[in-house]
Formats: sequence, C-alpha cells, structure tokens
Amino acid sequence: MNRTVITVVGKDTIGIIAAVCTYLAENNVNILDITQTTLRDYFTMMMIVDINNCNVPFSELRDGLAAVGQSKGLEIKCQKEEIFNQMHRI
Amino acid sequence: MINVSEVLETNQMIDQEHLDVRTITMGISLLDCSTESVLQTCQNIYDKILRYASSLVRTGEAISQEYGIPIVNKRISITPVAIVGASCCKTTHDFVKIARTLDRAAHDVGVNFIGGYSATVQKGMTRADELLIRSIPEAMKRTELVCSSVNVGSTKTGINMDAVRLMGDVIKETALATKESDSLGCAKLVVFCNAPDDNPFMAGAFHGVSEAEAIINVGVSGPGVVKHVLENLPEGTNFEVLCETIKKTAFKITRVGQLVAQEASRRLGVPFGIIDLSLAPTPAIGDSVADILQAIGLERTGAPGTTAALALLNDQVKKGGVMASSYVGGLSGAFIPVSEDQGMIDAVNAGALTIEKLEAMTCVCSVGLDMIAIPGDTPATTIAGIIADEAAIGMVNQKTTAVRVIPVIGKGVGEVVEFGGLLGYAPIMPVNRFACDVFVNRGGRIPAPIHSFKN
Repeated sequence: MNRTVITVVGKDTIGIIAAVCTYLAENNVNILDITQTTLRDYFTMMMIVDINNCNVPFSELRDGLAAVGQSKGLEIKCQKEEIFNQMHRI
Repeated sequence: MINVSEVLETNQMIDQEHLDVRTITMGISLLDCSTESVLQTCQNIYDKILRYASSLVRTGEAISQEYGIPIVNKRISITPVAIVGASCCKTTHDFVKIARTLDRAAHDVGVNFIGGYSATVQKGMTRADELLIRSIPEAMKRTELVCSSVNVGSTKTGINMDAVRLMGDVIKETALATKESDSLGCAKLVVFCNAPDDNPFMAGAFHGVSEAEAIINVGVSGPGVVKHVLENLPEGTNFEVLCETIKKTAFKITRVGQLVAQEASRRLGVPFGIIDLSLAPTPAIGDSVADILQAIGLERTGAPGTTAALALLNDQVKKGGVMASSYVGGLSGAFIPVSEDQGMIDAVNAGALTIEKLEAMTCVCSVGLDMIAIPGDTPATTIAGIIADEAAIGMVNQKTTAVRVIPVIGKGVGEVVEFGGLLGYAPIMPVNRFACDVFVNRGGRIPAPIHSFKN
C-alpha cells in the first residue's frame, strides 16, 4: 500500500469527480476513500488513493492531475499521506 | 484517518504562510582527505564530496515533489578546513586552493552553499588555524559558494582575544576584497562563540570532528505560520494560551522537518543527525520573526518588551519542537538577521531598532548579531569590540552567539545595501563611535567564567 492524498479545490462545475476518477483509472490508481464538500459554490474534495500499482512515476501522476485540474479551473494537489499523518497525529 | 480540514490546514501553511524546509545539509568528514601535498588533498576533497553528495540535490527535489513541501536549500558542511589542510598548507595561497576546490565541488553537485572553511580557535591558534584565518579575505573573493566561520570563544575555555582582534581585521579585509559586490564576502563569514558541531544553517555550518563520516541535518522554518496563528487569536489572549499556541505550531512545523530528514537519510543511505528547530525568516513579506514579535503585541521590534517577547517565542519553539523530533541540535531557536527579515528592516528604518537592542535580543535567541550592515569606515578594532561583546554573552550564558556584520565599503549610515536572494537587503546602521582599541589590543585570552554563584 502506498497511500497518497489528492486534494481538489476550486469552483464547482459538472464532471469534476468524473474527470479525476477517469484519469486515475487510466493510470491504474485505486481509490480508497473520497470526502467531498461544497461551500458557497466552492468545491473541496479529498481522495485517498493507493498508487502501488500506478503505471506512471509519481512526478508524472502529479503533473497529470495538475493538468486535469487546470483544464477545469481547479487546483489539484497530490501528496504522500505521511506528511499529514506526521503533522497532525502523535 | 486524516480529515479534510487537516489536509487543508497543512496546504494553507505551505501555500500561503511560507512553510518550508529551509535546508537539507549533508555533513561530510574530510579528515581522511589530508595528505602532505596540496594538490592531492584538493583531489581527495573533490572526490569525496562528489562521492557522497552527487545525488543530494536530486533526492531533495524528489522528496519535495512527493510530499508537496518546498525544500529551499540543499547544502554541504565539511570538517573545518584548518584541520584538513594543516599538514599540507604552508601559505595562505595553499588554503585558497582548497577553497576553490570546495567551490568547484559545490557547483558540480549543485548545492547552493558549502560551509566549513573554518577554524576553531577558542583557546589558541595553531599555525594552520592562523593561516586559514588570514586567507579568508582572498578565499571569499575567489569563491562564490564557500562559507567561512571561526569559533573564537566557549564557556569552557573563555575567549581567545588574539583571534577576536584578528577577526576584526579579517572582516575589514574581506569587505575590501569584495567591495565591488557591496562587501558581500562578509555575508558568508561568521564569528562564533560556542559554535555547534552539527549546525545545518549557513554561513556557520561545519561538520565537527566529533561527528560521523557523513550525516544529514535538517533546518526547518516557518515564521509565517507562527505569525498567522497568532494573528488569528482573539484580542487580549493571555500568555498561557499564547504560549500553548506557539508550542503546538512549532510541533507541527518540526514534524515536517523530521519526516524530510528521515526520508532523505533513508534514500541517501546517510544517517540522520539532527533537526535544527530554528525559525528562519526570509525577505518575503510575512515570513518574518519581527512580524511575530509584533503579533505578540509590540508596535515595532525594538520597543520595550522586545527581549521578553523574543525569549518567550524562542522557548516555546524549542518546547514544541523537541517533542516533534527524535534528535534536536544545531542552533535551534529564533534567528534575528536584519537583512533577511522585512520586519527587522522596517524596524531599523522606523528608528525602533538599534545594534544595542539587537545585542540585548541575542541574549535570549539562538544566534547573534546577524546580517547587519555597518558603515564601511568602521575601524577593525570596533568590529573586534562588537565580536568580544557577543562572545562574552555566549560564554557567560552557555549559549551559541555569533557576529555576521558587513562593513560596506564606500557606504555610510542611511544608505542601503542590496545582497540579493535569501540574503536580502539592509539599511546601514550606526555603530557607537567611541573607541575600544586599548581593550582589544591587550592580547591573550579572557579566562573561562566561573560555573557557580550564578547571578
């Protein structure tokens, strides 16, 4: 298991989840959990994914997701989960 | 499991509050590079640095990408060159050859500084120590990435006043040698008392003789994050809540450093040394220790209460950081450089902050008089006097203190000097014009202080 957190932040439009999930499926990334809220037209989604069997290197996945985000006017980040666990859990 | 608000909090710290890992510094021992030939020693040094550090920058960048945390600097610290070159360097020019080798190695591995063109002379100078010190002006002129430091005092041994006096001259000569670039050479030269062996921050980093073959030390940062949380506290929050808030924030910042250090250590196959818990400002707006002091309640840094506010800040950062990391070392505290901190620059320009107040602040923070531009005509003896004062504070209080002043040749009080990049810019500050020549010219050592009857 190689857990990675994907965050998607931006203005809500149709097909955000579809676009991100399609990209992840194409690259063989397994989605473990999705949390999503919309606050005053502002869309925030956090995905926890397993990139163990991902068929591209991490940097390519990260840049690819950022490009998907850009095409929909969103900011998409992809970070290893450990940084959040380290910071927020003792 | 981690929740959305925690993820967003971390990312806000990184995106808006300048949270970063300031430096991954690889310490490399060069003790086994010594030979009786300068050429051979230089070759050994170059080969060893490339052998250990060639993938340092690449690894740092990969970690940065995967965790989404900027790692600003990748650096190298080495065994003090006065020791490495002792058996082969017979002139100052021989030492400069080593400096140029270090510069070439640093360029070739892609790091942005290499520290350790140093001598530790707190009790006395060997012939090699003195040659190295006298070669510093030429070495700073002929190199770009080499940083130099000299330790002139310690709590255990007292202060070597011969070295203090010599450093007054060396700082002036370095300023002269690099006068075309606003005496930039002095920004890469620091004089210490109680210098730590494992400091990852420049210009004072070196790899002490008590250290292992190679080691990874990491310096964290994040004044912007501390400032942001303090600004969000309700008005009039008491000291208990204030201190708890700083402590918790320091914990979070340091955990990121710990993660990066362990990951770098694992990937490079080099043991993890220490995390340096320093709050290191940059010239970026909002990334300022002075701004934190203002958020604590001062109109300007330098106002009455500044020393107490800094003492509180420094202590809470340590308390929060110590629990977040398995090994803490280096300088660990709040840095108060003038040129690298916009809030400090503003305070100087507003007339709130003087060298004398900065000196008082150094009694309770992690380093000393740092990145202060002074008039180019300041006498060498006066600079030696400033060094002696700082060293005395460090010696008596059992802490690290340092002096990194830049006498800017051709410029006077009120003018501004621009160093560029992380080194920032600084207004030239006035220095007390009364002489201390007789004092600093006495020669010899100030004995070590008594360690009892503390008052």
